[in-house]
Amino acid sequence: MSDQLGPYLVLSSGLLALGVYGVLARRNLIAMLIALELILNAANVNFVALNRFVMPDKGTGQIMALFVIALAGAEIAVALAIVRLFFRHSQSVAAEDAKELKG
Amino acid sequence: MTLTDICFLLIGAMALGGAFLAVGLKNVFYNALGLGLSFFGVAGIFIFLNAEFIAVMQVIIYIGAIAVAIIFAIMMSQPLWIPQPDSGPRMIRSAVFALLLFGIVSVVLLKAPWPLSPEPTLGYPLNVLGRELLTRAILPFELISLVLLIAILGALLISRETGPTKRTSAIDRDA
Repeated sequence: MSDQLGPYLVLSSGLLALGVYGVLARRNLIAMLIALELILNAANVNFVALNRFVMPDKGTGQIMALFVIALAGAEIAVALAIVRLFFRHSQSVAAEDAKELKG
Repeated sequence: MTLTDICFLLIGAMALGGAFLAVGLKNVFYNALGLGLSFFGVAGIFIFLNAEFIAVMQVIIYIGAIAVAIIFAIMMSQPLWIPQPDSGPRMIRSAVFALLLFGIVSVVLLKAPWPLSPEPTLGYPLNVLGRELLTRAILPFELISLVLLIAILGALLISRETGPTKRTSAIDRDA
């Protein structure tokens, strides 16, 4: 089973669907960030699985996965700083309370 | 069903179960712990895919840095662990959308005519990965370091305490 492409693709679709559900359904900003990380992980699983099964002699997918991991680190640092600033500013982490720029 | 299959199923269940905990539970602290579990499962999946280096990076960066940073952010801001009221209709709509997305994406991915390699078990040695990273992928590699530097500076700038702060460093006390 672990030497076929199908199970990996289904696994990454499941991670993607759970992440999208989290981003849509949750109202806590940190919970939305957690769901975003799940989506990035689903992309990584796809990159590495297709790298192994489609062209195992080149490492393009693995290099792409490394870049995704590095960008996820940068993203979470900035996003958590913004969430903390927003919490200090308005004493809340609910996405609905971030409406100061609303027209 | 061989032992490898059982291990694969267990690790896949760990990745998906952790993801389920990460989005399903109300308490955001448990969400962060579920995220760590899911990251461990995905690292195991990478081991199955002959990508040991990515698996190690997954454990070091995702679990060691990102999950811990999220947990710190939850614990350092006082009332963050209070569960937010989630509305029922919105959750049902999101669940239906996510289920549809799962069905469509997995069917498309499974039906797609992938040009599968005849030798899929070939490993990919780490020294080749490093050489590739420093020759063909050198520009994005250097750009990533620039992006990380800017992200560090930006995070410091955004989360800086504004207003008068008490200076209590050792140099100031000695002066």
